[in-house]
Amino acid sequence: MSEVKNFMYLNRRAPYGTIYAWESLEVVLIGAAFDQKVSLMFVDDGVYQLVKGSDTSTSDMKNFMPTYRTLGDYGVRHMYVDQASLAARGLTADDLIQVEWEDWETEEEIDNIVEVVDADSVAKLMSESDVVFSF
Amino acid sequence: MPIEVDGKSLETDEEGYLANINEWVPGVAGVMAKEDELELTDEHWDIINFLREYYEEYQIAPAVRVLTKAVGKKMGKDKGNSKYLYGLFPYGPGKQACRYAGLPKPTGCV
Amino acid sequence: MADLYTVNKSPFEKNSLEAVIRFSTEGAAILMLEDGVYGATKGTVVESMITGAENKKFYALGSDLKARGIAEDRVIDGVELVDYAGFVDLVEANEKVQAWL
Repeated sequence: MSEVKNFMYLNRRAPYGTIYAWESLEVVLIGAAFDQKVSLMFVDDGVYQLVKGSDTSTSDMKNFMPTYRTLGDYGVRHMYVDQASLAARGLTADDLIQVEWEDWETEEEIDNIVEVVDADSVAKLMSESDVVFSF
Repeated sequence: MPIEVDGKSLETDEEGYLANINEWVPGVAGVMAKEDELELTDEHWDIINFLREYYEEYQIAPAVRVLTKAVGKKMGKDKGNSKYLYGLFPYGPGKQACRYAGLPKPTGCV
Repeated sequence: MADLYTVNKSPFEKNSLEAVIRFSTEGAAILMLEDGVYGATKGTVVESMITGAENKKFYALGSDLKARGIAEDRVIDGVELVDYAGFVDLVEANEKVQAWL
C-alpha cells in the first residue's frame, strides 16, 4: 500500500450553473473508498455550494446541496471556507450548512467540520497538501 | 425494462433500478425480491427503510461502507457489518437493497 | 417598447450583468436567472451595480433563488421576483429578448 496523502479539493464554482460542483462532489464521494486524508476548500463562488436552505422543488434539477452534509461520513475531515469570499457575497458562517464528523472506531465526534478561514490560511493549507484537485 | 407493481407499469434502467424514485411504492421491493427469489423479512425492511431515509436526507444512495457504519450506529454493531448485510442481500447491500428501495445505484459502485 | 435582457452568469465570475446594465437602453427589463440570480442578493460587493442603475427594471427568477438557498428577504429591494409564467409575461411585454451569457 502506498502511504496516506493529503488530498485537497479546491472548489471555486457556484453549485448549479455549471457541472463543476457536482463533478467535484462525485469525485470526493468515490475517492472516499481510498482512505486518504481529504480536505475541501471553498473559495470565490464555491462558497455558494455550502449555503443552507436550498430547495429545488420548483426547478427541474437534482438537488445535491443536501449531499454535502454527509461528507463527514465519507472520510472528509475538513471543509474550509474563505472568509473574504463569503464577505464579498454578503454571507457569514451562519448562512452555511453544518457537517458532522465522527470517528466510528474511537467515537470521537466533531459537531461541525466547516471552518471559515482567512486568506493566509487558505494559502498555507493549499501549499501543505500533497495533491490539489481544482474544480 | 418496465416492472409491474400493483397494476402499474414502472420504468427501470438497464440494470433494473427504478427510473423515477418518486414512483416507488413498497410493492416495488416485493416484486424485485420475487424476481431474485428472496423472501423479504422485517430485517430486510429495516435496511430498505433506512436507505430511503438516508436518501431523503442526503439525496444520494450511500456507499456500502457508509451504509454499514450507519446501520451499525443506528441498529447496533451486530447489524453494522458486511456479513449481516450480505446475508440479507446476497447481491450486495449497496446494489440490491438500493434497487429494492427505489434508489439509484450508489455513487462509485461499479 | 424596450427589450428584455437575461443574465445567467454569476456577477463574480463574469461581467455580464455589469455589461448589460451599461449597454441596455432606457426602460430595459433585466432578468437574472440561473447563476445570474446571485447578482440580485443584498450585501455583496457588486450590489451597487443594481442599486445605482437608473431607468432599468430588475427581475430575478424565484425558483433559481430557491434552488440556491437564497431567501426572498435577501433580495435587493426593488428587484421583482418572477416565476416561469412571469418570465413568459416579460417576454411578451417587451420587444425582443437579448440573452447575455
